[in-house]
Amino acid sequence: MSVKVRIPTILRTYTGGQAEVPAEGATLSEVIASLEQNHPGIGARVLDDQGKLRRFVNVYVNDDDVRFEGGLDAKTPDGAGVSIIPAVAGG
Amino acid sequence: MAVQTVVANTNSSAVDLGPASALSCRECGERFELGPIFACASCFGPLEVAYDLPSGSPEELKKRIAEGPNNIWRYAPLLPVPSDVADKPNINPGFTKLVKADNLARELGVTGGLYVKDDSGNPTHSFKDRVVAIAVEAARAFGFTTLSCSSTGNLAGAVGAAAARAGFRSCVFIPHDLEQGKVVMAAVYGGELVGIEGNYDDVNRFCSELIGDPLGEGWGFVNVNLRPYYGEGSKTLAYEICEQLGWQLPDQLVIPIASGSQLTKIDKGLQELIKLGLVEDKPYKIFGAQAEGCSPVSTAFKAGHDVVRPQKPNTIAKSLAIGNPADGPYVLDIARRTGGAVEDVNDEQVVDAIKLLARTEGIFAETAGGVTVGVTKKLIDAGLLDPSLTTVVLNTGDGLKTLDAVAPTTGLSATIRPSLDAFRDAGLAAAN
Repeated sequence: MSVKVRIPTILRTYTGGQAEVPAEGATLSEVIASLEQNHPGIGARVLDDQGKLRRFVNVYVNDDDVRFEGGLDAKTPDGAGVSIIPAVAGG
Repeated sequence: MAVQTVVANTNSSAVDLGPASALSCRECGERFELGPIFACASCFGPLEVAYDLPSGSPEELKKRIAEGPNNIWRYAPLLPVPSDVADKPNINPGFTKLVKADNLARELGVTGGLYVKDDSGNPTHSFKDRVVAIAVEAARAFGFTTLSCSSTGNLAGAVGAAAARAGFRSCVFIPHDLEQGKVVMAAVYGGELVGIEGNYDDVNRFCSELIGDPLGEGWGFVNVNLRPYYGEGSKTLAYEICEQLGWQLPDQLVIPIASGSQLTKIDKGLQELIKLGLVEDKPYKIFGAQAEGCSPVSTAFKAGHDVVRPQKPNTIAKSLAIGNPADGPYVLDIARRTGGAVEDVNDEQVVDAIKLLARTEGIFAETAGGVTVGVTKKLIDAGLLDPSLTTVVLNTGDGLKTLDAVAPTTGLSATIRPSLDAFRDAGLAAAN
């Protein structure tokens, strides 16, 4: 499965400044492993020491927050858009 | 710890934000130079403003504050704003009424003193003017010319008004199905107002993506890339409450939770006052209030969890309808540290509480105020809030913004012909 990943500004040092990069994987976990392979160091910024998504990172597959879709096990269909976004809120 | 240089659109050494000295990661403590950034480059944790707080005696500082203007700029020595902030065009919010709510206290059985901090008195009728006023100064310092935000409605109005007054362009984003009153109150200031097909969390996500795209380059998003400064505006609620109580800490505070930012910053403000010696150090309890239809923090609190599981909001309290509250974990920490609690009420209880406050104190609260008053009642009934102690309940917005919530159950007592007989027959004559 090939997906497109939107990279937030603070992680673009790992992608040579690119805002969007391709990755492979049928689940979010595999996509992050693919990202790490192509852009070493980025995985540790998104995942904590226990290998879980960091508390202040939100990830969306297409329009769905992965926390409602199985977290790292969330399916990433071919052609999906994956967005990594720092958590902020405040209406 | 070393201070990292950040990429900003201005020379940060020239930035004058008064006592603000750096940005600090709330999670890992890493420090960064002042700039339009909001997330830690190491761990994604939220950044907050660190200060060189004023030295000198508490009495000197109290005198300086008392001589300041009757708005939040009287606390400029404690805020990330330039010292001449009061002379710049801004909306100058704050110093709203702290109403001693004796009638409501009698209804609820509170004997220790019950106060409503009524922030409907701000320029655009919600507490959001406080946070936006600070963000405007940060935007000015960093050279932005467009102000933007994601909003559940109140913030949109505050940004529109502040941009108009301070000479910025504004372009703000809201869920497409907001209450009509909030849409009108945001649109009237003449900036761009864009409805997004989705809920607040969708709007927020959109803005977070826009900020990293050339389409949003050069924009100051008050609650995203200016968020560390913006959030500090809520500290002024703590300062005002204590000053209006005669430089005393209240024993208990009931605060609404949307993102949780306001509650955490009020706690930060109280801690600063203690540290500066402006109030006597004594225990206080902070209680958080949510609507049942969007209660991720309350649910986590009651379950004993440290992590907040997001929810999909479904409540009339739209200004609190943030299903994925960024500061939720910190709210849990504060409620537990101070011996408080987090509770929620359903929509019917929200409406009942709006009417209760209106009927007893003549204060017409927005739905968020219905949530805090409703939760206060529920906490007292459950024995969690001590009625013998001084309690401050926040009303963060004006009921005129959410007429839809009460309109179905509020209206005319009777419709009669213009005659005394009809009036008498309707049973409305004064009781003898």
